[in-house]
Amino acid sequence: MEHTLAGVLFHILIFPGLLFLATMALFAEYVDRKVCARLQNRVGPPWFQPWADFIKLMAKENLVPELVDRPMFAIAPLVALTSVVTALMYIPIWKSSALYAFKGDAIVVLYLLSIPTVAFFLGGWYSRSLFSMIGAARAITQLFAYEVPLVLSILAPALLADTWSLSELTKYYAAHPLHMLFNVIGLAVGLLALLGKLERVPFDAPEAETEIVAGTLTEYSGKLLAIFRMAISVEMIVGGSLLAAVYLPFGLNLGPEVGFGLYLVKVFAIVCLISLLRSVFARLRIDQMVTFCWRYVAPVAFLQLLIDLAAKGLMKGPVGP
Amino acid sequence: MPDANLQVPIGPQHPALKEPTSFMLTLSGEKIMKAGIRLGYNHRGIEKACEARTYIQDLYLVERICGICSHSHATAFAMAVEECAQLEVPRRANYIRSLVGELERVHSHLLWLGVAGHEVGFDTLLMYTWRDREVVMDLLAMLTGNRVNYGINTIGGVRRDVSSEQKLKILEGVKVLEERTKYYITVATEEVTLAKRLSGVGALSHDDAVRLGAVGPTARASSVPRDCRKDDPYAAYAEVPVNVITDNHNDVYGRTLVRCGELMECYRLIRQLIENLPEGPIAVKAPRKVPAAEAFVRYEAPRGEDAHYVKSNGTEKPERVKVRAPTLANVQAVAHMLKDGYLADLPIVVAAIDPCFSCTDRLIEVAGSARDGVMTWGQLREYGIEWHRKRGVDFSALNRNFRAGENR
Amino acid sequence: MTKAGKMLQEVLRSVGRKPATVRYPHVKVTMPADFRGKLAFDPAKCIGCKLCMRDCPAAAIEIVKVGDKKFEAHIDIAKCIACGQCVDSCPKDTLRLTGDFELAQLSRGKLRIVIQPAPGPEPEPKKPEK
Repeated sequence: MEHTLAGVLFHILIFPGLLFLATMALFAEYVDRKVCARLQNRVGPPWFQPWADFIKLMAKENLVPELVDRPMFAIAPLVALTSVVTALMYIPIWKSSALYAFKGDAIVVLYLLSIPTVAFFLGGWYSRSLFSMIGAARAITQLFAYEVPLVLSILAPALLADTWSLSELTKYYAAHPLHMLFNVIGLAVGLLALLGKLERVPFDAPEAETEIVAGTLTEYSGKLLAIFRMAISVEMIVGGSLLAAVYLPFGLNLGPEVGFGLYLVKVFAIVCLISLLRSVFARLRIDQMVTFCWRYVAPVAFLQLLIDLAAKGLMKGPVGP
Repeated sequence: MPDANLQVPIGPQHPALKEPTSFMLTLSGEKIMKAGIRLGYNHRGIEKACEARTYIQDLYLVERICGICSHSHATAFAMAVEECAQLEVPRRANYIRSLVGELERVHSHLLWLGVAGHEVGFDTLLMYTWRDREVVMDLLAMLTGNRVNYGINTIGGVRRDVSSEQKLKILEGVKVLEERTKYYITVATEEVTLAKRLSGVGALSHDDAVRLGAVGPTARASSVPRDCRKDDPYAAYAEVPVNVITDNHNDVYGRTLVRCGELMECYRLIRQLIENLPEGPIAVKAPRKVPAAEAFVRYEAPRGEDAHYVKSNGTEKPERVKVRAPTLANVQAVAHMLKDGYLADLPIVVAAIDPCFSCTDRLIEVAGSARDGVMTWGQLREYGIEWHRKRGVDFSALNRNFRAGENR
Repeated sequence: MTKAGKMLQEVLRSVGRKPATVRYPHVKVTMPADFRGKLAFDPAKCIGCKLCMRDCPAAAIEIVKVGDKKFEAHIDIAKCIACGQCVDSCPKDTLRLTGDFELAQLSRGKLRIVIQPAPGPEPEPKKPEK
């Protein structure tokens, strides 16, 4: 089924592609807003609010300013959305192997996940508005800060499992569940790096509402804004799925229904954790964020790498070549 | 990166500003090289309107200069008129005026804490402080009949009395607020992301604060002990002295500490005012026609020194009313603080002086104009349209989407 | 001593607490006694001195004579700022401010109310509502 044309289209458009991801993303946005509201002692929006927002935005006029570079302006959101949807094809969801797994797909997923940031940069830059240009510049600066910890946090467990394929990685950890304990620090690093990628408080500078209006999204409206916002929410789901697959791969060999249910639990737990972090921190300035990532997060990520190298060495030791 | 020197307009409409002002920034990367400030977007002609209304009507007009410092303006105006008419306000009225003034200060500082949190992206602090602000707003609604624009003053005293049940309720409310404020003080001093955003930002040395004429918490955070309640006691402050809270951090963090310290001081003052509330009448009869005189009164609003000048001429209506709000004194300091700072710090630096541009925009002087005379409203409108047309603004494009009848 | 996430305990505690939001208008809010809301006028007590008109900062009230010792009040709720100066100025206790604050209407005409005196011995011509 997976490699026929109808199968591929089904996977891309419906499950686990566009339709599934759109539903999950809008639901995750609801969970995020509701959790944040309850933590702030408020009521929060009703469950259908993200859908209503999306439909409203699709129906609104698409106002394109005169000075904008039209092709880039229109393509940027589409590129952002498609790259994150594609990334999910390589992440194991309900069983230990992803849909289109192949050797080295961890690298491809990381690459695909950095495309949305570049798309934000291009969209903001070609909007030619002062605020969006500043937001775009900040988005790329932030990329330099969190990318290394993010890559290392995927690299370290992959090193322990001796493979570059996410599906092989989950199979390895499903077979040796205790080895997940080596990677606890990496989970914290991965979570912080994910916060940076998703541009959430405290790493919110590219989209700082009180400083640069809306950053990249300032000049967007109507359908393009709806697609950009959908891309941001889907990025949250895909990033969460990646972390869940690499750091919490238990239960994946218990059958598709149980595996899928556990997957949902894991992803929404990560979303709730992100909302919690959003509620207790203020926004860091871009230079403070870069300093923080390079001074604290990257060394801890290296530490995790060393731990995994040592563990691998110790395990291979007695057996020996 | 954008070009070396980018001109970025912050305002008049910007999410960081609660009221319209224009900051024209010259940026180099993220650093601000120069900041130019333009005021005047909130000018409503209140001083001129005061001249056309009687003193008692002006009291309500002056109260509505600002929503948060409304009692400050009303009391200052009432004190100025009472000085012109040489009325002796009864002691009980003075105590009630001070009580409402201190409650207003609590309200204003809690609001400021929330706004400061919002400007640095800490929305949780905003939600919590504004939730607690409801306590003081309910107290004020009980005391004065409205949550903002209290209208408790009249020329010669106050309009409403405080009963013993109201006193008890105020003491209960203050107890709750004091506990919450202590918690916010720990959050402001211990939360690491807040400390990073607030420390070292918006630096204003002691000498600069004196030179630029800063007032209120902005000056007190630079060790300048200026407080009208101590320097020039009015209302009940001669009998219930105030401890002036200063701090020597010289930055936004210091201003936060000063405001939090003032909140605790307010609770102490409120308790003392209620305990020592003297018996007696709450107002003296004020004449409708105030004899010719001038009076200049200073009042310590939550933002700083609020100065009112009233000139009477023996009729029912004042000859001239002039209001100098504290933000006008602090706004020069803002231009100085923004220089060599980061763009990301602009919202919190502006918010740290607790700007209230509605209070500030009074008279605008057109420099170097050869024009003289008085224009009617219609003439002013024509003049404005012609001015913009000469600069190339095409009005036909603006109203293109309005259907007939929709445009009021 | 700074620490990260100082508000963590407090926000986690809020999850169990009832939200602080009042679900207005599903939940009604009552204002305290002596709240300054909509103006009420008792035509039986009015003597037509017009002190309230003189002192109103917003020119929101107009007293019109409709008969011998009978006065009606034209009140523009849109202009009234509920300051209560008219209540204080009136020598006969004719006016008072109620606690009604839900004053929004869909058309401006509905905001101008006319309070007429009770019909006396001879029938009065009815004044049309503005």
